[in-house]
Amino acid sequence: MPLSRGEVDKVALLSRLVLAEDELDRMTAQLQQVVEYVRLLDQLDTTHVEPMAHAADLTNVFADDEVQPSLERERALANAPKRDEECYRVPAVLGE
Amino acid sequence: MSVIHMSASDLLRRLQSGELSAVELLQQYLNRVETHDASVHAFLDVAREQSLERAAAIDRRRARGESLGPLAGLPVAVKDVLCTAGWVTTCGSRMLVKFTPPYHATVIQRLLDADAVLIGKTNMDEFAMGGSTENSAFGGTRNPWDLSRTPGGSSGGAAASVAAGMVPLSIGSDTGGSIRQPAAFCGVSGLKPSYGRVSRYGLVAFASSLDQVGPLGRTAEDIALALQVISGHDPRDSTSANRQVPDYRGLLRQPLRNLRVGIVPEHYGAGLDEEIAAAVRDAIDVFRRQGARIQEVSLPHSRFAVATYYIIAPSEASSNLARYDGVHYGYRTEEAAMVAELNEARRELIRSGQTAAAEDLESPLVRMYRRTRAEGFGPEVKRRIMLGTYALSAGYYDAYYLKALKVRRLIRQDFDSAFQQVDLILGPTTPRPAFRLGEMVDEPLSMYLQDLYTVSANLAGICAMSIPCGITRGGLPMGLQLHAPAFQEERLLQAAHAYQQATDWHRRCPDLC
Repeated sequence: MPLSRGEVDKVALLSRLVLAEDELDRMTAQLQQVVEYVRLLDQLDTTHVEPMAHAADLTNVFADDEVQPSLERERALANAPKRDEECYRVPAVLGE
Repeated sequence: MSVIHMSASDLLRRLQSGELSAVELLQQYLNRVETHDASVHAFLDVAREQSLERAAAIDRRRARGESLGPLAGLPVAVKDVLCTAGWVTTCGSRMLVKFTPPYHATVIQRLLDADAVLIGKTNMDEFAMGGSTENSAFGGTRNPWDLSRTPGGSSGGAAASVAAGMVPLSIGSDTGGSIRQPAAFCGVSGLKPSYGRVSRYGLVAFASSLDQVGPLGRTAEDIALALQVISGHDPRDSTSANRQVPDYRGLLRQPLRNLRVGIVPEHYGAGLDEEIAAAVRDAIDVFRRQGARIQEVSLPHSRFAVATYYIIAPSEASSNLARYDGVHYGYRTEEAAMVAELNEARRELIRSGQTAAAEDLESPLVRMYRRTRAEGFGPEVKRRIMLGTYALSAGYYDAYYLKALKVRRLIRQDFDSAFQQVDLILGPTTPRPAFRLGEMVDEPLSMYLQDLYTVSANLAGICAMSIPCGITRGGLPMGLQLHAPAFQEERLLQAAHAYQQATDWHRRCPDLC
């Protein structure tokens, strides 16, 4: 089941990446190789195996419902690439 | 013997007795960095002034007779994946080139509380993705044993800094072998704790169900010392285990009686370097001579571990790295150029009559995300994000991600049944010694296949350690890997310590020394 360039381009959009033409060729070939390799798992019958999402022997961990100090706004905004007083600034979301 | 060759434990004894001041010690290491780091490039940043001030403050406190922490005055390097408040943390990425964390990672706070002196931040593969440190956006690190070779990765700077005698102890992180593999390549000891043993708070996330922070050093005793400091429950990391931390250092000398050592036939397949196979066999003989009973155990699903890992880790990464959006922190593309490019594309489409396509063009916000990420991430990070996005996307989820989670269970069960029969599993850390820089840069799959011995411990959540067990005829270190059940770090440390009492591989240094 070969990966098409179009499919890889769509994954790039979903990944919020843009690939240049030559990058897209290289990425398609490399992903193809890896995807083929991981199909190795198809050799195993896992019908009755419980999936294991993590190794921690925990289910839900709850904190007491108490207000705790958190990061002050100034410090949270300090690394923002662009800000507007108390807000993060982003390019227009809706049309011009 | 120069302090450069001493273990952290010896240095601490000298600091405590007053034979050595923290400033004198730090100065010697800073001189080493000065002399050798231009060629090794283990550090992304060295905090010369701040560390000297801190060392002087510790000397003053000692002189006043104040009680000091267990690492008082000891220089420690930390991988640049751990957040340090007010100190740029890049994660080896252009994306975070100016990122100044507003808080300390819990591990950093614990090191500071123990009165360690943080000397600098070490180089790494971007976002800890890679096994050679060549994926750092700031240039690779070289192996102190052979500057034409990789130190391994992703904690390549951490391992190289210890191997080159630039620091006695360093802290790395391990998602699929990123502490153990560079430790093996650089001839030092390194331990990946059980999942949940060490807090991940402030560790820049790669694959959250696999990531652990752990120490690298020369000896098992030094590793015990560091692990003691960084381990323990942290309410800020809900996956951190709420269980007592044993006295690792105190337990170190306790002999391991009736030790049952497992060896795994699956470890000795094609692709394992002959010299490494022989060195591992010799190491197992050392355990046998010390009274251990050696028996074969099978890990039948180990040959599926790399495939399982390279579905799960990229899937988690694709989700974790969605946060780099150019909005909250980190790099953002140059906006005017981005908007101009988008408008030009729209005009072009309209000109050629493709009005529907012009309507479908993404918004400036989405284009900003895409440009930012395309420019901020390097090729390996992009590959992993793409791979993970693909594995998680509609129509493929069951075939890849869910399948991998099920095989993960089988891998864990292999270990559970093996540890019914043995206390420890011994084998090689890597199939080959350090490879040449550039050798696998354009062959991601070949690079991934090098991880075959290390990824299982992360998938299963158990603890594992690499210690030096020989030098190849070509002069490169080789690593012995020890696996123990979850939360049995003391067993790894006791076995490694016993081995290091009988051998001197861990005392070998590169010519650079």
